[in-house]
Amino acid sequence: MRFRTILFICISVFFSFILQTTLFKVLAFGGISPNLLLLIVALFGLMFGRKVGLMTGFFAGLFIDMFFGSSLCFYALIYMYIGYMNGFFHRLFFNDDIKLPIALIAMSDLVYCLVIYILTFLLRGRFHFGHYFLHIILPEIAYTVILSLFLCPFLIWAGNRLNQKPKGSLNID
Amino acid sequence: MMGSHGGMPQLPSKYLLLILTAVCVILMAITFFTDFAMTPLSNVFGFAIVPFEKGVSRIGSSMSNKAEELTEIKELLAENEQLRQRIDALTIENNTLQQEKYELNKLRELYKLDEQYSDFKKIGARVISKNPGNWFGSFVIDKGKKDGICVDMNVMAGSGLVGRVTEVGNNWSKVISIIDDNSNVSGMVLSTTDRLIVSGSLETMNNKGTVQFSQLVISPDAEAIAGDKIVTSYISDKYLPGILIGYINEIAPDANNLTYSGTITPAADFAHLEEVLVVLEQKKQIADEEEE
Repeated sequence: MRFRTILFICISVFFSFILQTTLFKVLAFGGISPNLLLLIVALFGLMFGRKVGLMTGFFAGLFIDMFFGSSLCFYALIYMYIGYMNGFFHRLFFNDDIKLPIALIAMSDLVYCLVIYILTFLLRGRFHFGHYFLHIILPEIAYTVILSLFLCPFLIWAGNRLNQKPKGSLNID
Repeated sequence: MMGSHGGMPQLPSKYLLLILTAVCVILMAITFFTDFAMTPLSNVFGFAIVPFEKGVSRIGSSMSNKAEELTEIKELLAENEQLRQRIDALTIENNTLQQEKYELNKLRELYKLDEQYSDFKKIGARVISKNPGNWFGSFVIDKGKKDGICVDMNVMAGSGLVGRVTEVGNNWSKVISIIDDNSNVSGMVLSTTDRLIVSGSLETMNNKGTVQFSQLVISPDAEAIAGDKIVTSYISDKYLPGILIGYINEIAPDANNLTYSGTITPAADFAHLEEVLVVLEQKKQIADEEEE
């Protein structure tokens, strides 16, 4: 992997975190905002494989833990596994195919929401799963999928362009 | 930060996953079972991120304000009509209240009671970022240790209670709001001083914009009805007494026929939280006073 790709991933994670905690919260529909960080983690896991997926997820989750977590590394752990799982589909990934990334992002968001619901709500005795599913999980997935329709093509294009192998000549850039 | 894995390309991803999982579990256990603070680490992150967040959230709020202005003109006209009618009603009420205030002032002098709220020293702060998920209601403000903010200071917006500070960095602090699903506040009915517990609830907040209360024991000669003011109680160890939380929305007796529970409409507007006031005074603990 080339250095500038790594830089691209770092910058994407950094700005996703900033956008998600500021602008997306202001533009939320009915109090629900899309999960941009999860989109980035799932997509990079798919595009660059398991190792990149888990590292991206770890640092994305760490950002959340730093500012909003009650115990360190809780979100880091969840995001890391999501990035890692998406890395298994790396072999099936083609640059011009947008259906697989979007399906995987929707699946990842569902898994993420279920894990968060079980660990932070169900265990405290909040049993109305139907309510949380209809009012939080479903809107969040829908919103994230709509966002990924616009963002994925751009991110895939940018990621691939940066990661291209130099073509055996000296004037690389 | 990603450079670290570039340096060891031979390590298979499953071992990396295992190592990081172990690191995460250990760190989680440490932060959960001990009071190890991650503030120094958070401060490094805060130093890099807070300036960006300040800028972006300002752009975001000005954008949404423009959009809201356009849609709200019609509503405002109708509201204006209603408000005019309310002014008349309130003027009458105000007259009676002023008479009562005169009486109250005389009584206060007699009892040497301090004025409460207006005496608190407060500092204004701007909300710069909110919890990235849709599950919890914590947020970050742009004032921190260097502005004199400490953990457990109370946060208000307008006249209502918003929450309390749970973590402080140099130039930022994290606030947990009273509508957060994890939050519990000890409150009381202002008119009768009957105590109750106010707990944030994501479910009722989504449905009706209210928080729940429970364990209200109504004293025999008193009553509590919808619309009664709820303020923070004297026995709360984190919140200063007498800060307005909200108004009773619904109230019903519990199955045990001893206590009451229901919902409260918060006095602070949580949907449009942009500026908050931090009360620079902490509830004194018994331990603190012994030290002095």
